[in-house]
Amino acid sequence: MGIDRDKIDAIIQKYDGDKSYILAIFQDIQRIYRYLPKEAIKFICERLDIPFSKGYEVATFYKSLSLKPRGKHTVHVCLGTACHLRGGPSIVDTFQRELKVKIGDTTEDGNFTFETVNCLGACALAPLVRVDNQDFGKATPGGVKKIISEFMNGE
Amino acid sequence: MNMSLEELGRIAFEYKSRMDGFKKVILICTGTGCVSSGAMKVFDALKKAVEKEGLKDKILIKKTGCHGLCERGPIVVFGDNEILYQTVGKRNLDNDIRLLISTIKDDAIAESLLYKGDDKTKRYVSTHDIPFYAGQTRFVLALNGIIDPEIIEDYIAHGGYKALVKSFSMERDEIIEWIEKSGLRGKGGGGFPTGIKWRSCKNAEGTIKYVIANGDEGDPGAFMDRSLMEGNPHAVLEGMVIGAYAIGASQGHIYVRDEYPLAVERLQKAIDQARSYGFLGKDIIRSGFDFDIQIFRGGGAFVCGESTALMTSIEGRAGEPRAKYTHTVEKGLWEKPTNLNNVETWATVPEIIDKGWEWFSSIGTEESKGTKVFSLVGKVNNTGLVEVPMGMTLKEIIFGLGGGIQGGKKFKAVQTGGPSGGCISEEYIDMPVDFDSLTKLGSMMGSGGMIVMDERSCMVDVARYFLKFLVEESCGKCTPCREGVRRMYEIVDRICNGDGVSGDIEHLEELGRAISLGSLCGLGQSAPNPVLSTIRFFKDEYRMHIDEKKCPAGVCKALIKLSIHPDRCTGCMRCSAECPVKCISGEKKKVHIIDQEKCIKCGTCYDVCRFDAVTIE
Repeated sequence: MGIDRDKIDAIIQKYDGDKSYILAIFQDIQRIYRYLPKEAIKFICERLDIPFSKGYEVATFYKSLSLKPRGKHTVHVCLGTACHLRGGPSIVDTFQRELKVKIGDTTEDGNFTFETVNCLGACALAPLVRVDNQDFGKATPGGVKKIISEFMNGE
Repeated sequence: MNMSLEELGRIAFEYKSRMDGFKKVILICTGTGCVSSGAMKVFDALKKAVEKEGLKDKILIKKTGCHGLCERGPIVVFGDNEILYQTVGKRNLDNDIRLLISTIKDDAIAESLLYKGDDKTKRYVSTHDIPFYAGQTRFVLALNGIIDPEIIEDYIAHGGYKALVKSFSMERDEIIEWIEKSGLRGKGGGGFPTGIKWRSCKNAEGTIKYVIANGDEGDPGAFMDRSLMEGNPHAVLEGMVIGAYAIGASQGHIYVRDEYPLAVERLQKAIDQARSYGFLGKDIIRSGFDFDIQIFRGGGAFVCGESTALMTSIEGRAGEPRAKYTHTVEKGLWEKPTNLNNVETWATVPEIIDKGWEWFSSIGTEESKGTKVFSLVGKVNNTGLVEVPMGMTLKEIIFGLGGGIQGGKKFKAVQTGGPSGGCISEEYIDMPVDFDSLTKLGSMMGSGGMIVMDERSCMVDVARYFLKFLVEESCGKCTPCREGVRRMYEIVDRICNGDGVSGDIEHLEELGRAISLGSLCGLGQSAPNPVLSTIRFFKDEYRMHIDEKKCPAGVCKALIKLSIHPDRCTGCMRCSAECPVKCISGEKKKVHIIDQEKCIKCGTCYDVCRFDAVTIE
């Protein structure tokens, strides 16, 4: 995939080309492409004058960065302790079954990327499902289909 | 000339006079919990309705931070906590808006929106009467749910930045002395005396120094820091400025989890506003002192909550911890003296400066002063945030404030301290909660997550849960944690799958000891705690799994079989409707049957059955 070098340069400029902001730069790039293209990492490393290995280390260390292209929507099922106790694992199973994906993968139609997360901090509403920026509290296996269908129709 | 208290009072007065023009104030909680439950829809709809009624200039609708009772969101409060409405708009938004309007216009109290007691008969009108709130002592959370976190004048009108102005008239050593004498200890988990840390950092050699607020709240089941950063960001900033002034730091960082977008947004707004008033930036309140704060978004790595890993992360590298041969107060961020405190600790500082150290040290126990915010979650009736004085017992918190266990089930254990803590059994429920008593029980205070478990929670499964968490989150730098925790996970996973063998428990204990001794950072050293504490208090449950291949809580899928008792099944069809794999068959008012071949043993049928007809063997 081609990357927009001007756009990336603008982001690097926003942080004054300071290499200590590499994580923030990666996060901003990911917001544009929904993932972190390898070409972008290479380009940023060149601009910040650091070895590619260092940039790659940062990109693979942090969980919120993805090197794989993501779907249109990202489904996060919370597996914090409270969510675990209140049936989070069943919600995960149900999503895997309904979307026919494994954790970390994207559906064939490119609509959903399915991930689990360690805690979203909305423990009182356990088990919690977050699709993009929208939260669904007290989720049940029976309610999973409804959540999926809300994001299915060309949204 | 310094900004004087009079000047601050004038800002407060001006804001208050503007607010006095409103006849009524309505507070809508816009913490993450309530927003998830639909608080923004309530806000928009109520605003429209008020405009339509022509009351726009008379009624002030305010968005506030977390009220704490997240379970019952969206929460709407009238005036000075006179009326608390819960689950507003959950069932019927239009109708609830009509009810709110009639409260506004005619002071008519909407019975259906009031909080109901445990027995569902008593109704509570005022916030102060609800047991969940009545038993709390709110200092750090005092303004959460009262002020609009996006308006600095609201914070000032409630006494904000008074402590900052006061502290600038004090000697730097005097401020540190106050913090020392107050007995404040780090609320992020370690419990290290804050004043001693500040003094070491102040005395450390070097002209450039840093202060950091740790908001990388990675413990699953904990959201105190998120609620503070979202609900009262200025308190965190004010505490940091006071600390930086006392220590002599020129730059501050707030490290916030990437999973907390709202906290980042509100902190950024607060920083911008604080700069415009001269509380941050060059020549703060014309005192000649320069200090500014930047936000650093984390990248979803649990280990970055550890101080040295966090600093490495800010430096733009992979966040791995380092050995603390030299303390971070001497050589921390960029090898410069750095003082790191948790968000809640920083937010406590203005209170101590404002009210005096004597006041603070009069609260709590001998060794643990002040209050602590806990996130009370899991199988408890009232889940949410509570702030209590140190030394309150587990029982008072779980049964008093929390209202006991959901569904009238039996209390089994409470987990504190996240993946570094442990499970405490019923035997110790009268234990006062402070830093030292929890450590004695093989758990720890941690950042304040308190996860309540009932008879349907399997302790071996909980141990497996934390091990899996730690396997995924271990940064991999040192071997005992990277390899040891993985081996422990494999053993516990085997036990849960019915393949446990005798000697497993001893093996786990031995591995646990080795990991504690051999790991580099605090997270690795405490990683075996969830296993060791469950073995300590629930050894029988481990034995049942290993010897009899049974899971008494009915959680471990390989060891259970679900079936429907024909005598008790009423044929209500609830279980078949909820079953995610549709493996339950049966007609209305006829006994239902589970197809064992298709059953995935998720237990949903057991949880939804109202007639105890589903049994777990």
